[in-house]
Amino acid sequence: MLAFLARRLLIAIPTIILISIFVFGMQKLLPGDPVLVMAGEERDPEVIEFLREKYRLNDPIPVQYMTWAGNALQGDLGTSLRTQQPVLELIGEKLPVTLQLALMALVIAMAIGIPAGVISAYKKGTWIDWVANVVALSGLSVPNFWLGIMLILLVSVKLGWLPASGYQPFSEDPLQSIRVMIMPAFVLGTAIAATLMRHTRSAMLSVLKSDYVRTARAKGLREHTVLIKHALRNALVPVVTVTTLIFGELLAGAVLTEQIFTIPGFGKLVVDAVFNRDYAVVQGIVLCTGIAFIFMNILADAAYRVLNPRMRDT
Amino acid sequence: MRFGRTLSIAALLALTTGLAHAQDLRIGLQEDPDVLDPDQSRTFVGRIVYASLCDKLVDITPDLEIIPMLATGWDWNDDGTELTMTLREGVTFHDGEPFNAEAVAANIDRSKNLDESRRKSEVSSIESWEVVDEYTIRFNLSAPDATLIAQFADRSGMMLSPKATAEAGVEFGLNPVCAGPFMFKERIQQDRIVLEKFDAYWNADAINFDSVTFLPIPDTTVRLANLRAGDLDMLERLAATDVGSVESDDGLTLEKATSLGYQGITINVGNGDRANNPLGESNLVRQALSLSIDRNALNQVVFEGAFAPGNQPYASTSPWYNDAFPLPERDVEAAKALLAEAGYGDGMTIEVQVANNPVQTQVMQVIQAMASEAGIDIELAAKEFATLLSDQSAGAYTASQIGWSGRVDPDGNIHQFMTTGGGINDSKYSDPEMDRLLDEARLSNDTPVRKESYDAAIALQQRDMPIIYLYHPVWIWALDDKIEGFTAYPDGMIRLQGASFAE
Repeated sequence: MLAFLARRLLIAIPTIILISIFVFGMQKLLPGDPVLVMAGEERDPEVIEFLREKYRLNDPIPVQYMTWAGNALQGDLGTSLRTQQPVLELIGEKLPVTLQLALMALVIAMAIGIPAGVISAYKKGTWIDWVANVVALSGLSVPNFWLGIMLILLVSVKLGWLPASGYQPFSEDPLQSIRVMIMPAFVLGTAIAATLMRHTRSAMLSVLKSDYVRTARAKGLREHTVLIKHALRNALVPVVTVTTLIFGELLAGAVLTEQIFTIPGFGKLVVDAVFNRDYAVVQGIVLCTGIAFIFMNILADAAYRVLNPRMRDT
Repeated sequence: MRFGRTLSIAALLALTTGLAHAQDLRIGLQEDPDVLDPDQSRTFVGRIVYASLCDKLVDITPDLEIIPMLATGWDWNDDGTELTMTLREGVTFHDGEPFNAEAVAANIDRSKNLDESRRKSEVSSIESWEVVDEYTIRFNLSAPDATLIAQFADRSGMMLSPKATAEAGVEFGLNPVCAGPFMFKERIQQDRIVLEKFDAYWNADAINFDSVTFLPIPDTTVRLANLRAGDLDMLERLAATDVGSVESDDGLTLEKATSLGYQGITINVGNGDRANNPLGESNLVRQALSLSIDRNALNQVVFEGAFAPGNQPYASTSPWYNDAFPLPERDVEAAKALLAEAGYGDGMTIEVQVANNPVQTQVMQVIQAMASEAGIDIELAAKEFATLLSDQSAGAYTASQIGWSGRVDPDGNIHQFMTTGGGINDSKYSDPEMDRLLDEARLSNDTPVRKESYDAAIALQQRDMPIIYLYHPVWIWALDDKIEGFTAYPDGMIRLQGASFAE
């Protein structure tokens, strides 16, 4: 296991370097001039030239990249052109927000998706299966921004149950923090629940047909023991993989949901940064989420080995 | 029983003290401000925060008259090259530093000489300054500059603690220290900016809130939903299409003011090769395009009539509006005749770039439909704003739908756009007579004399039309009913002096 982890971590290094080069290059290909945006409405030529020099935008692009990478290796990801905050500090500010939203969304998705998948597989072909499928598909097809606005109008404006938007750090006021985050987490979670439900259902279907389930039933075990202990545990292997990957994606930020509910996470930050051509911020966040994604991948592979002993030697 | 009564009294007490403390005003903003350093910042929304954070040398009235703020009076010498200002006594910055002539000198020095300063052009006429005594400062100008006082009513006139600027340098914006009614407490990017009441504020009697929280909520529907749900007390820039629904809501009130800015179509008349097209070459074609537009219908269709149609850099309510050129009626036949006169009787096709947001796109689609009836086919090039701006500045455009946020002094809405070599003259329009008129208007402090120059300049603008003006946005604020004493200003700022929660 240790050797496996070490190997995977080594492979991750060139991947991260490639990601950072790719993102750096892509940004430079974008039309639009960051300095022109920063210079303000008056666009004073003297200021423009000064800013270009200050942020080394006159250097050749490979030199710019090397400067950035050199600083990044020393833990300095630069400062935001827009607000002058250090990028590392910004990431530290946004990461807990994104993490909390991702975790809450995932919990909601799992609480809905996995039981729904199990039931619809077990009751395959009945009306229950049919209803579960329709619900799952609509969860997947309803756009986040529409569901989000409808929820705000219903739950916050009409009923006054929850705050309409905003963010409260978990460490300051856990209850209020969960209250403001529950709607966006639900919006995100329902879409993911659909994916999880489909995966659980198909995994359960194939497991339920296998010999050991028939054996378990032949032994006279109670049906729910067969279903939960024998079938679900094995069916979970692919579901865990999918879940970890989804979690990795969530860490990159949920742009639309964050925008609607005004949650100051990665998604909102990165969109604003792209519009303002705030290169250092985009670069820093992509690097950060890239690393998170790779890490989640490694975690998924490790979880696979824990759940399925046959894979442990490879 | 007794215990129960004690408990309920305690609860009641806790509740009432809670109420007494609940004087936090929550304001919904359309965007997250940029850096909170008046010398470096560039966004409109940032100025809304400054209105509570940083007092200025002078302020404006809703009718755009300049009134004292941190300066109590000012005098020009006879040839308009020396401005002497008397300063308010007993004012302190949020860090306890005294406000005096030395502090003003340090601030002007920073606006002029900080490398990162975006204020340089605004105070460029100031050549030197003398601290006459503790509360008097004299500015020596390189040439008369009638626009200077109005600059002091905005970011150039905001006074920052010299101690804080000296210590923080370019990073002042991370923890701004000024002399306004509220002090900076904290900022979480894209989430909130919190200001706390400054007890030693010179005009503390006018301030009725203990704190102000600015919450950037870009989505207009969500911003309004927050106000309705009671999570905001007021918001700025209500969507024009929501005016009806707010008016019919008993719990909310509306405030409006026609802005100092405008939206228009900037035309490339001399900015590189892309100017070589009928629209760029012929002022008759530009006049025809202008005549083909029904500005009132545009306002009705896109803004439900909430904005102010316009044809000049100043709104018709402004004292600088030239009444000799009223809002033109749409006249398709006259437009066709002008096109024929210019040699394009068979029609033509032009490209107009527009920012890829729904409102501006809709504006151009309406104009596209109107212009086609006059024989001008418009192809729309939707671009994301940063790209649109850099293409426009580089001359890589034929025409561009863009606006200007507006300035208190009339010079700010026209000089840099219409003079040869003007900083934001992306049309690259050039006319010696226009240059002379607009330069001259800067020299006099006499309003009627200036008005004459601007009237003549507007006449030239109406003939040549490097910019076709379309409308003036109207600032619309939606407020919870419990807020009293809010005054709407044409600069779109939120001044909290005199505003309060109803008892």
